[in-house]
Amino acid sequence: MKITFTINGEARSIDTDGEAPLLWVIRDGLNLKGTKYGCGKAACGACTIHVDGMQVRSCSYPAKFAEGKEITTIEGLSRGDKLHPVQQAWMDEVVPQCGYCQPGFMMATAALLNEIPNPTDEDIDNNIINVCRCATYYRMRKAIHKAAALAAQNPSE
Amino acid sequence: MNTTKILYSIFLGLVMSSLILWSSDVNTSDHIIVPPTEIENSPFDLMMQVLTHQRCVNCHPAGDRPRKGDDSHITRSLGIPRGNDGHGLQSISCGTCHTTQNNDYSGVPGAPDWALAPESMTWEGKTRVEIAEQMMDPQRNGGKTPQEIMKHLTEHELVLWAWEPGIDAEGLPREKPPVSKEDFIKAVKEWMASGAIIPEA
Repeated sequence: MKITFTINGEARSIDTDGEAPLLWVIRDGLNLKGTKYGCGKAACGACTIHVDGMQVRSCSYPAKFAEGKEITTIEGLSRGDKLHPVQQAWMDEVVPQCGYCQPGFMMATAALLNEIPNPTDEDIDNNIINVCRCATYYRMRKAIHKAAALAAQNPSE
Repeated sequence: MNTTKILYSIFLGLVMSSLILWSSDVNTSDHIIVPPTEIENSPFDLMMQVLTHQRCVNCHPAGDRPRKGDDSHITRSLGIPRGNDGHGLQSISCGTCHTTQNNDYSGVPGAPDWALAPESMTWEGKTRVEIAEQMMDPQRNGGKTPQEIMKHLTEHELVLWAWEPGIDAEGLPREKPPVSKEDFIKAVKEWMASGAIIPEA
C-alpha cells in the first residue's frame, strides 16, 4: 500500500506492506540508518522515534499508522547545523560507550523534555526506560539534566 | 370421653409440630435467596472463569505496574506506572509500544483503548466475590450502571481482545480464557438478567 507522511520535515510517499514495522521503512526504504534495531519487541527502545511529537517504538509500529503523520528520527532532531540541546548535552557529557542504543535514548529524552522541561531524577527513572547494555545510565542522567538546562537557556530550540 | 381427649391431644400435637417445622423453614429461606456456594458452570462461574484469567487480570493488577504473559510477570519494559489515567506517564505511555491491534512482527499485543484499569478496579489477589462486588459498586467501578458494566464486558474491544490475544515475541499464541467468547457473553447477560446475584464467599 502507498503511505504518505512527513519525515524530518520532508514529505514522502512509499509503497510498502502496511503491517511492516515503520522501522523497516525508515532504515531500508528511506535509508535513514540512525534509528536502530535492538530487541525487535518494543522493549529496549533502540528504535525510538517521534510520531506527531510522541515517542513510539518503531519496531512495533505498523507502517500504515504513519499515514498523514509527522515523523522525527534522530537525523531530524537538530535544526540544520544547530544541535538539539539533547545532542549537545550528550556530547558535553561524553555519554556513549558503544553508542548503539544512544539514538533511542536521545529521542526518548527529547520527548521527555517536551513534556517535563525540568525533570527530576524520579521523572527520568520513570519516563526513560530504554536499555543500555554498556550501562551508561549515570552519564545519561547528567546529560538529561544538562539538556534541560541548555533548553531553558534557549527556549526557542 | 378419654379416647376423644387423647385423639384431640394427638391432633394438637401434630398441628404444633407442623407449625414449628414450617417456622424453621421460613428461617432458612432467608439463606436460599443468595446461594451459599457457587454452582459449577452457572453464569456466575463461567463469567468468573474469564475475569480471573491472566488475560484480564494482567491489566487489573495490584499495585501500579502492568503484568505480562501467562505467568503475569513484570518486566522492566513494562515498568511504566499507571499514571493519572491508566495510560502511563507524560512522555511514555501505553501507546509508546502498543497500538490498536496486535503486532505479529514484534509480538506486542494491542487493542483500542489499551490501558490499565483504574486502581479502584484492582483484581489481582482478590476472590471472585470481591471482584464481583467491586465490579458492581458504582463507587469503585467509575460510576457505571449494571447495564454499562454489561456493555463493557460483552462489547468493549479491549475486553473481547482476550479471545484474539495474538502471538508473543516468540511467535507462540497467547493463552485464551477457558470459556469461549460466546459462552462468556451469554453468561454475563444471564447473570445480569437474573439480578446479578453474587454468591456468598
